[in-house]
Amino acid sequence: MIATVTELKQAQREYAACLERERTRILVCAGTGCIANGAMRIYEELTRLAAETGSLVDIDLLLEDEAREGSAVVKTGCRGFCAAGPLVHVEPAGVLYTHVKAEDAGEILQAALRGEVVERLVYRDPASGEPYPRPEAAPFYRRQTRQVLERCGAIDPERIEEYIAQGGYQALARVLREMTPEQVCQEVLASGLRGRGGAGFPTGKKWEFARVQQSDVKYVVCNGDEGDPGAFMNRSLMEGDPHRVLEGMIIAGYAIGASQGVFYVRAEYPLAVRRIRTAIAQAEEKGLLGDNILGSGFSFRASVKEGAGAFVCGEETALLASAEGERGMPRPKPPFPAVAGLYGRPTIINNVETLGNVAAIINNGAQWFRNLGTEKSAGTKTFALTGKVRNTGLVEVPMGCTLREMVFDIGGGIPGGKRLKAVQIGGPSGGCLPEEMLDLPLDYDTLQAKGAMVGSGGLVVIDEDNCIVEVARFFMQFIQNESCGKCVACREGTKQMLALLQKIVDGKATMEDLDLLEEVALVVRDASLCGLGKTAANPVLSTLRYFREEYLAHIQGRTCPAGVCAAFRHYAIDPEKCKGCGRCARACPAGAITGEVKKPYVIDQSKCAHCGACVDTCRFGAVEER
Amino acid sequence: MAGYVTIDGIKVPIEGQRNLLEMVRQAGVDLPTFCYHSELSVYGACRMCVVEDARGQVISSCSTPPADGMAIRTNTPRLMHIRRMMLELYLANHCRDCTTCAKNGNCKLQELCARFGVDRVRFPAREATEPLDLSTPGIVRDNNKCILCGDCVRVCSEVQGIGAIGFAYRGSRARVTPAYNRSLGEVDCVTCGQCLAVCPTGALTVRPEVDRVWAALRNPNKRVVVQTAPAVRVAIGEAFGLEPGAISTGQMVGALRRLGFARVFDTSFAADLTTIEETHEFIERLQKGERLPQFTSCCPAWVKMAEQYYPEKLGQLSTCRSPQQMFGSVLKRFYARQEGIDPADLFVVSVMPCTAKKFEAQRPEFADGDVRDVDAVLTTQELARMIQSAGIIFSEVEEDSYDTPFGLATGAGVIYGASGGVATAVAREANWLLTGRRVTDLTLEPAPGQPGVMEAELEIGGRTVRVAVVSGLGNTRRLLADMDEGKVAYDIVEVMACPGGCAGGGGQPLPNETAQRKARARGLRAADKRQQIRFAQDNVLVKELYGQWLGEPNSHAAHQALHTGYGHRRRIAVEGEHTHGAPSLQVKVCVGTSCYLRGARDVLRRLSEEIEKQGLEATVDLAGAFCLERCDRGPNVVINGQEFNRVREDDVPHILRQALAAAPRQHAPASAVEGEGARGRVVECQ
Repeated sequence: MIATVTELKQAQREYAACLERERTRILVCAGTGCIANGAMRIYEELTRLAAETGSLVDIDLLLEDEAREGSAVVKTGCRGFCAAGPLVHVEPAGVLYTHVKAEDAGEILQAALRGEVVERLVYRDPASGEPYPRPEAAPFYRRQTRQVLERCGAIDPERIEEYIAQGGYQALARVLREMTPEQVCQEVLASGLRGRGGAGFPTGKKWEFARVQQSDVKYVVCNGDEGDPGAFMNRSLMEGDPHRVLEGMIIAGYAIGASQGVFYVRAEYPLAVRRIRTAIAQAEEKGLLGDNILGSGFSFRASVKEGAGAFVCGEETALLASAEGERGMPRPKPPFPAVAGLYGRPTIINNVETLGNVAAIINNGAQWFRNLGTEKSAGTKTFALTGKVRNTGLVEVPMGCTLREMVFDIGGGIPGGKRLKAVQIGGPSGGCLPEEMLDLPLDYDTLQAKGAMVGSGGLVVIDEDNCIVEVARFFMQFIQNESCGKCVACREGTKQMLALLQKIVDGKATMEDLDLLEEVALVVRDASLCGLGKTAANPVLSTLRYFREEYLAHIQGRTCPAGVCAAFRHYAIDPEKCKGCGRCARACPAGAITGEVKKPYVIDQSKCAHCGACVDTCRFGAVEER
Repeated sequence: MAGYVTIDGIKVPIEGQRNLLEMVRQAGVDLPTFCYHSELSVYGACRMCVVEDARGQVISSCSTPPADGMAIRTNTPRLMHIRRMMLELYLANHCRDCTTCAKNGNCKLQELCARFGVDRVRFPAREATEPLDLSTPGIVRDNNKCILCGDCVRVCSEVQGIGAIGFAYRGSRARVTPAYNRSLGEVDCVTCGQCLAVCPTGALTVRPEVDRVWAALRNPNKRVVVQTAPAVRVAIGEAFGLEPGAISTGQMVGALRRLGFARVFDTSFAADLTTIEETHEFIERLQKGERLPQFTSCCPAWVKMAEQYYPEKLGQLSTCRSPQQMFGSVLKRFYARQEGIDPADLFVVSVMPCTAKKFEAQRPEFADGDVRDVDAVLTTQELARMIQSAGIIFSEVEEDSYDTPFGLATGAGVIYGASGGVATAVAREANWLLTGRRVTDLTLEPAPGQPGVMEAELEIGGRTVRVAVVSGLGNTRRLLADMDEGKVAYDIVEVMACPGGCAGGGGQPLPNETAQRKARARGLRAADKRQQIRFAQDNVLVKELYGQWLGEPNSHAAHQALHTGYGHRRRIAVEGEHTHGAPSLQVKVCVGTSCYLRGARDVLRRLSEEIEKQGLEATVDLAGAFCLERCDRGPNVVINGQEFNRVREDDVPHILRQALAAAPRQHAPASAVEGEGARGRVVECQ
């Protein structure tokens, strides 16, 4: 139980001293990506082998026995380099091993104990073949500024002691001892921190609105309903450094005068849910949550509400409805949640990453944070880098970093020597930016002006093999599925946009359809009720803005330039090469191929479903694709 | 807040308007909406009332509070374009069979499309068609015509406190439906029809019985008589261009005769009977000090609600049948005999402002074998349609009067049609019975802290009788909760499901909003004042009926003919989704909220494990059931009709063994588990 600020300092010293007695520290990445690739078997194997050597320790043992030293094997949160997982990091050597298998555990352990490096497991740059034993030198990490994610992968997220040892909860202590709630709001405002969930509203301003509300109960809600397909920034932070988010929430609670916090986390994130719950329980046990925190007189409690996984519940008013047990549907604003939020009380809703920035701002000062990004977009931003890029994973860069750096320096460029076509940024309702825009700085205002948005940080790289109309159709399908169905603009508008996009990829669209698509998109943008609806047309509007010629190619040119849309593929059998074996006819699911044995077969174009099965089955290369 | 909002260049002062929409309407602009109703919460989904603010932002006026200095425009080209596109999008997912729609000519969507000149729909027609929900006698639900404005959902939960319908599914598959896709007839719907009053399209309409009535009228072997409820006379004229509240009793009676009804009677006559019976019942209870407060029972929607949610209060409901059913009973049991007609050949039609009356007429207790007391119930809307289809020019119909003997009514019977009417009539009667005084008016005042409740105190026979009048089932719920908590106490409570009473019933002509309801209630009060006889006890023909048939009020004969009883309605039939194969031993685990919280899921899982472990999949039919309504004793399990309460996970092997031993070789069919049989044997596990 840590009852005062002094005791917190003591605890920090004590825990830090313990960790120093870990002569070797082997960190196994236990993010969802690495776990899926077998990280837990590696962890178990390392633990078993270390125990056999008799040197295995953990923080409990080290706390019990001040003389004890040994080797620790620690499960951490995501290190971000998911493409190279499972990852194992060895301290104090600072070596990162990639693509590790359970069989490698013995070798890694022995090398670690001897202070050596297992060369064959060290990351090599695929382009140059150069080995990078220390991750900070590798291209993937070199260009990043890991600030919010600083402890992700470095500490055991299920051990509050490790967080405290590294200076955790000191910001809370400082706030409670030295600052008034108003000062906290001012400090956050001065830092230029803007909401990391997408819209980029100044966090300090939001807090101040809620602070001045008179109410006996106020709430802080952490929005952990990360719903963008392929995005996992919030999940990684909750899994990798839950106390950081919790500390931010408690500070926010103090700043606005709230006594309760709610983590709204989607149930599809069971590990994040568990780790946040563990963090809450540990903080309660240590007295960092509950009544009279650190003797300040400030009391705060936190709980977790699991969401059933509707994309729209990331929208704040829908999230509140869902958290109250109602159907997750947005309601009109005003009233804003800062005035009437959860259960009608003043509420702030902050994204996981927003709260993850708070403690550092308090610790290092507003100016430090401002120095990290651009003038109007301060700090760093995490992104989930996916798609046609070599190094996929979780990255963190200062705001203002260019897309080119993201894709080519950190991401390692496009595999297979392909040409980049576009970068889709901001989740399904974000936008597609063309190659010409790669040198734009990534910040809220630039992206918005270009018809995209930072969003929560999804970043999908699209290359020349992707059809941009099909990409728009894919995202529109997602949005239509996830529209709550409340307002007509989004409910019916997305359905009709989807139908029109389908018509284009099916090769059945006319120019009138294209005009109608654009007309509907603009109305949906203007007239929808909530943020999801207002941005639902972005996949269409941004692709029409930058890739109109590709739409025209589908409609007027009757072709899909990327060769993706099956409707435009044409198959024919070369009678010279055809041996008349009939394999293609048997493979054809549409029954479009007929012929007599040992004579050339023919494809009935009216029946052809453009699936390509005939190409795959022909042993003689007689089926031509055009 | 003081100040001005500039609307299309016109300054409008802020004077407590709740939102911009109200201000825009004050500025003389009829901004269209589907989802805004002043009595309901702001929903903001129809996107028709959008306006542009000074920054060029498009905002919905219904959800934006006015602020001083605001400047908005209501009809920019962009807004006109948005509205037209919204209508086109609505139509894209809407069944467009306007010509055959019950709301043809009375549909908001149709009206707005005409107003905005929507002359084409560039999107393909809706592919899916959903079947009609014809599960209740009063309401037709046609989801193919639903535009998801949510008005019905909100009126049902916010005004009526029932919540029988809600939203399900997402995106373009979103729809309004009762829970678990059941039909209205299977859930808590009380058929009050308030959803019909707000539905802008043909998605919710009155279930018509017009054809059955026409058939009866044309059948030479049937003698077709009709009774008309008090609230019909002040509303029927609206369908023919008269003002709401205009009393058109004479024309209505004349038109009914022209339609071919052999006798036209006044339900107010039966209301006088109800007053007398109910007052005698009340005085008896008052004197014995039992089963108080007495609740009125004229409103079938309230009766169904009580049967569903307040089984403990059913004893306090007046046992009097409603005027409609008293009349049916009088006609089939007395009048038919008097006239020498076989009751089966006497076809009794009632014209009611109400959809729930259709439900009431079909209740099993109101029939003698196959012969129903009331054969058909027409709403005011349906009667108007019959008159229209017969080509009768309503305004030119010569005024006529009701037939004797059941056409004589008092003012007390007429005011039954407005909230407070029954209480007033009973107060008049009670005063007269106990003190011999003739007091016409019951001075009802708004009850402090009780929205929608009026109250009065009467000094009768040396004691104070506290009267409450409530309309709207949501208000009723709140009143009952406050009574249960002892915050308020009354001796007699008049409950009407529809806000304002029957004048605002779900079967009244459209529009059927507060303004119309108030005007109709005023009309009824005026009719009461105009009536020469205003006390039920002065109705000589009612007296004659007692003399010739019933004897005394509350006599055995009167009870037989005019009273009824009530039963606890379980909200949802006990049956579950099958989780296992061929049934033989029926095991149902309640997974209602309460049982779930008490660990029903663990019990269900353990049962499933045990069944698998013992290889009983073929013999045991395991199902989850939704709320066996033994919530205080959960988790509950029913095995072949035997109920096990407070079942813990560890009890599972034991009760399964016990049930297997007790089970006969030929296990009972599924139906044996339903109903009262399920209550037969009860085992407590703890």
